[in-house]
Amino acid sequence: MTTTSGPLATRRLILQGAAGVALLGLGNLPFGATSALAAANDKYPEEAFKQKSEADAIKALYGKTAEPSDKVKLDAPEIAENGGVVPISVTTTLDKVTSISFFVAENPSALAASYRIPDGTIPAVANRLKMAKTTNVTAIVEADGKLYSATKEVKVTVGGCGG
Amino acid sequence: MAIRRRDFLKSTAAAAVSLGLPRLARGADTASIYDLERFGNARILHTTDTHAQLNPVYVREPSVNIGIGEMAGRPPHLVGRAFLERFGIRSDSADAYAFSCFEFEKSAGRFGKLGGFAYLKTLIDRLRGDAGEKHSVLVDGGDLWQGTGLANIMQGRDMVEVANLLGIEAMTGHWEFTYGEQALRDNLERFKGEFLAQNVFLTEEAAFNDAPAFDKASGRVFKPSVIKELGGHRVAIVGQAFPYVPIAHPKRFTPDWTFGIREEELQKHVDGLRGTDKVDAVILLSHNGMDVDLKLASRVTGIDVILGGHTHDAIPQPIAVKNASGTTLVTNAGSNGKFLGVLDLALDKGKVGDVRYHLLPVYSELLKPDPGMAELIGRVRAPHVTDWSEKIATPDRLLYRRDNFAGPVDELICTALRSEFDAEIALSPGFRWGVTALSGQPLTMEDVLAETAITYPETYVQEMTGAQIKEVLEDICDNLFNPDPYYQQGGDMVRAGGLSYTCTPTGAIGSRISELKLNGGKALTASHRYKVAGWASVNGQQGAPVWDVVAKYLRSGRMFQERLGSGVTLKGVEGNPGIAGQG
Repeated sequence: MTTTSGPLATRRLILQGAAGVALLGLGNLPFGATSALAAANDKYPEEAFKQKSEADAIKALYGKTAEPSDKVKLDAPEIAENGGVVPISVTTTLDKVTSISFFVAENPSALAASYRIPDGTIPAVANRLKMAKTTNVTAIVEADGKLYSATKEVKVTVGGCGG
Repeated sequence: MAIRRRDFLKSTAAAAVSLGLPRLARGADTASIYDLERFGNARILHTTDTHAQLNPVYVREPSVNIGIGEMAGRPPHLVGRAFLERFGIRSDSADAYAFSCFEFEKSAGRFGKLGGFAYLKTLIDRLRGDAGEKHSVLVDGGDLWQGTGLANIMQGRDMVEVANLLGIEAMTGHWEFTYGEQALRDNLERFKGEFLAQNVFLTEEAAFNDAPAFDKASGRVFKPSVIKELGGHRVAIVGQAFPYVPIAHPKRFTPDWTFGIREEELQKHVDGLRGTDKVDAVILLSHNGMDVDLKLASRVTGIDVILGGHTHDAIPQPIAVKNASGTTLVTNAGSNGKFLGVLDLALDKGKVGDVRYHLLPVYSELLKPDPGMAELIGRVRAPHVTDWSEKIATPDRLLYRRDNFAGPVDELICTALRSEFDAEIALSPGFRWGVTALSGQPLTMEDVLAETAITYPETYVQEMTGAQIKEVLEDICDNLFNPDPYYQQGGDMVRAGGLSYTCTPTGAIGSRISELKLNGGKALTASHRYKVAGWASVNGQQGAPVWDVVAKYLRSGRMFQERLGSGVTLKGVEGNPGIAGQG
C-alpha cells in the first residue's frame, strides 16, 4: 500500500487510474475505447496482452530481453491477503525511464499492465494485480532504450491454520 | 542448570519428612533457581503466547519440528535429545521436562504443572523487585487473550484484567485480532499498557473513508513503539504483530486493516528511534515466529534484541544474528505461561554494553501463588467454571497437540468429526496452542474448549475432489516448509483423519505430498469426490461449534476407535534432528 501523502500520492492515484484502463484491455474493450487509448498511448499493445507466457509477452511488447537490476525496486507482499487485488508497486533510480510494465507469470495472460512514463515524470507506479495462484511477479523498467527487471514470488494461499 | 526441589528431596535424608509438608511450605525455601545474579541496569521481562491459560498446565513440547534448508538442525528445529545436547541440559533434569518432549510422561508426575498467572505474578514481582524501581518493564508478545473457553466467551476481557494486575506495560497481538475491531478497541480502552504494532495499516479504502488510525499520515492503525526510561536510559520497544492475520484467519474480522512483515517501514522507524529520539536500545516485541525473526534480524539493522513468539519455541539462549551494522539477538519464549523471559541489559549512552538472558520455567511447585491474582482468577472463572467442570471422558493415553503433522488431540477431533458427520476424511487446523492431558485424568468441557476455543469454530461437511484435497495439503505444507521463512505463516500441518499420505518436506511447492490413501489403503483419485468434514474455515460456515461435536463424541464413550499413528510417512528428512530419535 502506498502511504505517501502530497503531490506524489496524487500522481500515483492518477497512474492507478491508468492501470484500471490497461487491465480492462484484458477483457472486451469496446472499439471506441481502444481507439481512444491508441490515440493517447500512441499504440495499444494488443498483441502483448494476448500472449500467454511471460517471455512471449515481453518479446511482443519490447522485442528484447531484460536484465535483472537492483535499481528496480519492486514492492510486493510475500503472501497476498487477497489474490484478487494484490498491491504491487515499482520505483527506480534509473534515468531516462520511458515505460514500466508488470508481468504475472502464471496468470492466463502474463502481461498485467504497462505504463508509458512521460519525460520529466518521477518513475513510480503503484497498482493492484489480480493473481490466479502463487507465482512470480516481474516488473520491467525501460530506461534509455534498455530493459531492467526485478522479480518477486507472491504466494496466493487458501489460508487458515495459523498458530 | 537449576536444582529442582523434588530432585533435591530425593537426594537427602530429610526428603521423607519434607514430602509430607503442605504445599506453601514446600514452595518457600527452594526457589533459588529464581535468584538471578545481578547484572546491568535494565531488566525486561517477557511473556508470550500464554493463550489465556490462567491456571498451571501440562504442555508437552514437540517431538517433530522439522527445519529444512538453512533452518535444518538449527534452533528452533531441534527436538528431544538433540535439543538437550545443543543447550547443555541434563536429560534427567526438570529443565529437560520443561523445554523438551524427552520422557514427558515419566517427568510430568515428578515435576508437576507449569505456568499459571498467580505463579507468574509472584515470579514477575520478585524479579522486578530485584531490579529496583524504574529499572524494569514487563512486555507481552500477544496471543494473551485467546486459548480458553473463558477468554473466548469474554472476548478477552478477562485477560485484560489479568494483564493489568500482572503489570504488562506493552503488548502486540495475533489472535487478539480475531475478536474483531470493536472488541479489540473496547479491550484496549481498559488495558493500562500500550498495544504496539508497527506493521498494521489501514487499507486504502479504509483510509479514504477516514477510518480511525493512530497516525493518519502513515495509515498506521496502532502506535508503533514506546520509549521507556529504564535505569536512566531510554529503551524503545517496537511492536510487530503477526504479519498474516487476514490470511490465517477470516478476513471479516479485520476488513479495514492490512498487515505484512513491513521490513522497510520497520527499518525507517528504527532509524528514526536511533537518529531522532536518540534511544539507547531498540527492542522488537515480535509475533513473527522464530524463523521469520531470524531472517529479519539479518536484514533490518539497529535492533538490539528481538523478543519473539508465535511459534511457541522455548529457546533457552538467544541466537545471535549478524547484519550490516552489527548483531541482533533473537529469542523465543515458549507458550502457555510455561516460561518467563528475563533480559538484563547493561546500557551505555546510545548502546547496549552487554546482555544476560534467562528463559525461566515457571514451576508452579516452586512458587507461591500471588493471592491477589488467585482471587482475580477465581472471580473471572466463577460464572462459567461450574458449567464446564462436568467430567465427560477419561483418556487412556497422553493427549497432546504439538508435532508438525499430527497429535492425539487432533486425531481425537478428526475422529469425532468423521464419526458425527459420517465423513470419509476430516481436516483439522494445525494450531500450536492447546494443552496436554495426562492419561487416566478425566477431561472436562473446559479441557475440550482449551483445544478448540476460537471465534470461528463452526464445523462443515463438503465434497472435495482428490485433486482439491491434495492442493489444500500442498498449500499448507508450503506454509511450514518454504525454504524462505518470509513465506511461512507459522503453525503446523493441517491434520488429516481418514487419510494417509507421504510428505517430502524438502520438495518444491506443489510436489511435497504424494501417495494419498483412504483408511484401508485405497488410493485417492484426482477426480473422485470425497465427503470431508472440518472446522475453523476462513470461509463462513454454519455447522455446530466443534467443541460441541467433540464433546458429544466423547460423551458417547467411544474416544479412540482407531489405532494411533500419524498416517504421514516422511521422506527426505532422514537424520534431521527436528524428529525425535533422529540426528
